[in-house]
Amino acid sequence: MTDLLKPPVHVEDHGHEEHHGPTGILKWITTTDHKVIGLSYTITAVIMLVIGGMFAEIIRAQLATPNGTLVSLAQYNELFTMHGSVMIYLFAGPFAFGALANIIVPIQIGAPDMAFPRLNALSYWLYLTGAITMLSGFFVTGGAANFGWVAYAPLSNSLNTPGAGADLWIGGLLLTGFSAIFTGVNLCATIFYLRAPGMTMFRMPIFTWNMLVTSILILLAFPVLTAGLIMLYADRHFGTHIFSVAGGGVPVLWQHLFWFWGHPEVYILALPFFGMVTEIIPVFSRKPVFGYKGMIFATLSIAALSLGVWAHHMFTTGVVLLPFFSIMSLLIAVPTGIKIFNWIGTMWRGEVWFSTAMLMSLGFLFTFLIGGLTGIYLASPPLDFFTHDTYFVVAHFHSVVMALVLAGMGGLFYWGPKITGYLLNERLGKAQFWFLFIGTQAFTFPLYILGLQGMPRRMAIYPHDPQWKGLNDLSTVGAVLIGISTIIFVINVVVSWKKYPAGDNPWDGHTLEWFTTSPPPHHNFYRLLQIRSERPTWDYNHPGHRALAHGQHEAHEENDSEVPAS
Amino acid sequence: MQTPALPPQGATERARRWRRLRRAVALPLAALALSGCTIPSFGASPGVTSSSKSVFHLWQGFSIGAVIIGGLVVGLMLWSIIRYRRKSDRIPEQSQYHLPLEMIYTVVPILIVFGLFAATLVVENKEVANPKTSVIVDVNAFQWGWKFTYPGTNALVYGQTTQNPVMEIPVNTNVRISLTSSDVVHGFYVKAFNFSRYALPGVDNIFTLRAQNTGTFFGQCTQLCGLYHSLMWFRVKVVSQSEYANWIASFNNPAAEAAAKAANKTTNQQTSSIVPSKPAYTNFGVN
Amino acid sequence: MKVEAKILIGLGVFFGLMCLVYWNWSLENAGGVMMFAAMLLCFLPGGYYYWWSRRMKARPEDDPNATQAGGAGVVGAFPGTSIWPFTLGMGSFFVVLALVFGIWFLVPGLGLVIWAMLGGTAEGRRGGKV
Repeated sequence: MTDLLKPPVHVEDHGHEEHHGPTGILKWITTTDHKVIGLSYTITAVIMLVIGGMFAEIIRAQLATPNGTLVSLAQYNELFTMHGSVMIYLFAGPFAFGALANIIVPIQIGAPDMAFPRLNALSYWLYLTGAITMLSGFFVTGGAANFGWVAYAPLSNSLNTPGAGADLWIGGLLLTGFSAIFTGVNLCATIFYLRAPGMTMFRMPIFTWNMLVTSILILLAFPVLTAGLIMLYADRHFGTHIFSVAGGGVPVLWQHLFWFWGHPEVYILALPFFGMVTEIIPVFSRKPVFGYKGMIFATLSIAALSLGVWAHHMFTTGVVLLPFFSIMSLLIAVPTGIKIFNWIGTMWRGEVWFSTAMLMSLGFLFTFLIGGLTGIYLASPPLDFFTHDTYFVVAHFHSVVMALVLAGMGGLFYWGPKITGYLLNERLGKAQFWFLFIGTQAFTFPLYILGLQGMPRRMAIYPHDPQWKGLNDLSTVGAVLIGISTIIFVINVVVSWKKYPAGDNPWDGHTLEWFTTSPPPHHNFYRLLQIRSERPTWDYNHPGHRALAHGQHEAHEENDSEVPAS
Repeated sequence: MQTPALPPQGATERARRWRRLRRAVALPLAALALSGCTIPSFGASPGVTSSSKSVFHLWQGFSIGAVIIGGLVVGLMLWSIIRYRRKSDRIPEQSQYHLPLEMIYTVVPILIVFGLFAATLVVENKEVANPKTSVIVDVNAFQWGWKFTYPGTNALVYGQTTQNPVMEIPVNTNVRISLTSSDVVHGFYVKAFNFSRYALPGVDNIFTLRAQNTGTFFGQCTQLCGLYHSLMWFRVKVVSQSEYANWIASFNNPAAEAAAKAANKTTNQQTSSIVPSKPAYTNFGVN
Repeated sequence: MKVEAKILIGLGVFFGLMCLVYWNWSLENAGGVMMFAAMLLCFLPGGYYYWWSRRMKARPEDDPNATQAGGAGVVGAFPGTSIWPFTLGMGSFFVVLALVFGIWFLVPGLGLVIWAMLGGTAEGRRGGKV
C-alpha cells in the first residue's frame, strides 16, 4: 500500500494539551480545536432554531383566527422581528459556516485545524454573546426590537422605537457580524493555505468550494451591515441625521446599505446548504457529482451576481433602477438551474439509497425548486409591485429557508456520525423527514394563495378579511407538523445517544473526512491518502472506478495498483 | 384498411414511441389553444386598472413557464429516484461530465431569462409611464392613517385606520398619484390594482392609475410602520366621471374651503397634528 | 496560488464592470460606491496572491502529483488551549453592553479586551504556552 503515508505535516503541538489539558467546562471554554468549537456552534445554533421556531408557532397560533388575542399588537411585532432575526442571524448562518463548515472543511482538505484556531474560538464567543445580547431584549422595559428584522429607517430611529430592546438588537448584530467576519477570514485562510499536498483547488469537495465562496461573500457583505448598524446607532444616540429627512438625511440609504448586505446574505445562507446537498446526493447515488466544474462555476457566478441584485428588495420604493436589478436577479436563476440539473444528473443512472440524509436532500430539492421558481416572479418589477410585502413573498422565502432547514438536517444526519462517532436512528429520522417535508408544504402553499389574495405580511390581525381564516389554519397545521418534526429530532438524539457506533465510513463516502476516524483525533489525521482526484477516499476504497467524462467508458480490467505511484 | 408493409421491429417501436410523445405534447397544447382566453389565473385576478390587467397577463405567462419548467424538473427528479432507486450493491458507471448536455441547460435558461426580461420590460414601461392627466391626488401616509388631497380643489379626505378614509377617483381617467409619507415608510397597496408602492418620507413617489371599473376597493398599508400597522386601512372608490365632478364640487362651501386651506398649509411633517394624535382602539380585544 | 488569485481578481473585474454599468446608468451613489469598494476588496488579496504566485514555485497543495511526504514540515503553531479568546469575547460583550446600558460598562469591557490582547500576544510569542 504505497498510498498510506505519514501525516501531511508535523504539527508543533505544544504539550499535547488534549491529553492532559483542562477537562469539563474549562475544556469547552479554553478549547481551540475546530471540532469542539464547531460542536459548541452546533448546539447553540440548534437551540436558536428551537427558540425561533417557538416564536413562529406563537405567530401562527395568533394568525389562526382573524382577531387573534393570544398576543397584543406590540408583542406580535416583537415576535416576528425576533423570529426573523433569530432564524437568520443566529441560526442559519452560524449553523452553516460556524457549525458544519467549521468541523468539516479542515478535515475535507486534510488540514490539522483552522488557520487561526484562537480567532475561531473568539468567533464562537462573539456569536454566543451576540445571541444573548439580542434575545435579552425581551427582559428590558419596552420589550425586544419590534421594527422587523430589516429595521427600516426611520421606524428604527429613537423617536419611533425608543427603548433598550432596539439597542440590544443592534449590539447583538454587531457582535454576531464580527463573529461572521472572523469565521470568513478563517475559512478563506484555511482553504488557501492549509490544504494537503495534492489537494489542488479543483480537487476540493464542493462543500469546501461553497464555503470558500460563502466566506468571500461574508467578507464583502458583512462590513456594510456593520457600518450601517453603527450609522443607525449614531442616529439613535449621537444626534446624527444620516437616515432622517428632518436633518437632511436619506431614509432609503438604510435600505441600500441593509440590502447590499442582505441579498448576498441570502447566498451566504444558501450556498453552504447547497454544498451539503452536493456532498450527500453523490454519496447516496454512488456516483461522482455530475458536472463538478460546472457546479463550481455556477457557485462563483452566483457570488458574482449576488452583489448586483440588492435593490430587487426595493423595487416598490420607486427610486431604484428597475431594469438593471431585474435582469441581474433573473440571471441568478441560470446558475441555480445548473445546480438543480447537476443534482438530478448525479442521481441519473445511480443507485439511489434513501437514507434519512438523502431523503432530506430530496426534500430540499423539491422545496427549493418551488422557492426558486417563485423567486423568478419576484425578479420581475411588475410582478413584484403586485406581490411585494404580501404573504406571497413570505411564502417564497420560507420555501427557500425551509429547504435549507431540510438540507441542514440532512447534513446533521450525514456528518453527525463523523463528528460524534454514533449514528442517529434512521427510523425516527425518516419520521422526522416526513413531518418536516409535509409540514413545510402545508405551511407554505396556503401562504402563496393568501399572498395572491392580498394578505399583507406582518399583520397581527385581519378582522377585515375573515375569509382568510381557512388557509391560515392550514398553514398553522403545517407549522405544528414542523414543530413535531423538531421534537422527533430531539427525541432521536436522546434515544440514539451512543447507541449505534458508526465506524469510520458508514456511507461509503467520497471525501477525505471519511478516511479518518470517527470522531477524528486531535489535529484530524493519523495518516493521509495520496490525493489524485476530488474523491480520494472513494479512489482508495474503489480503485478502478474513476470518474468518467462524456463518451468515456469504464475500463473493465480493474487494477488495484492503479493509484499512480508517488 | 390496407396495412402497409411492416417496417423492422425497432423502427415500429421507435415510431410508436414518437407518436406517443407527440400525442403527449400535442394534447395539452391543443387543449390550451381550444380554451382560448381561459388560461388559468394561477391564483391571481385581473384587477380593475389597465395596468393591473397587463400585470395579470404577465403573471399568467410567468406561471405557464414555471409550471412547464417545474413539471419537467419534478418529472426528472421522480424518474431518477424511482427508476434508479437502489437495487443492489452494484457500483454504477461513474460518469461525471457531459459537456453538450451541460451547455444546453446553461444556454436554454439564459434564453428563457431574456424572454422573461423582455416581457417584463413591456409591462413595466407601461406601468411606470406617467401620461398627461388633469386628475391629481396627493396621498400622504402617516402613523396610522391616510390623507388624500386634490390639488386645485378644496377636496380633502383624511382619517385614521378605522375611520376608513376613502379616496375617490373617476373611472376611465388617468389619475396621477403623488405619494409621500410624513413619518416612517408606509406601503400603498390596493389589491384590485395589483400594485403597491412605498410611501417614503422626503420622496414624492409619482405613478398613474387608470381604473376601468367602478366600485369600492380595499387598500392597506403593507410596509411595517409601527404598532397599528395591521389596522392602517383605506378605500378607493372609483366613480363615474360626472359623479366625481359632483363630489369635488360638494367641497365648494366655506367650511370645507377653510379645512382644505388649513390642511394644505401644514407641511407633510405636521400632518399627524391635524388628526387626533393617538387612536383609541378597544374593539379588537388587544391592548 | 494561481487559481486563488484568478478567482479573486475575476470577481473584482466583474464587480468593476457591474459598478461601471450601474453607476453610469443609475447615477445612484450608495450602490456605486459599495460595488467599487467590493472591487477593491477583491483586488487587495487577489493582487497579493498574484504577486506571490509569480515569485514562488508551486506549493505541494497546488501540485496535482504531490506526495504526502512532499508536504511534510511544520505549518505553524496551533495552541492546544487558550483562555484569551474567551476573555476577549467577554470584553467585547461588555463593550457592546456599554452601548446600551451606560458608559461605565466600558471599564470592565475595555479592561478585559486589553488584558486579552496582551495575554494573547504573549501566548503567541511564547509559542502557545502560558
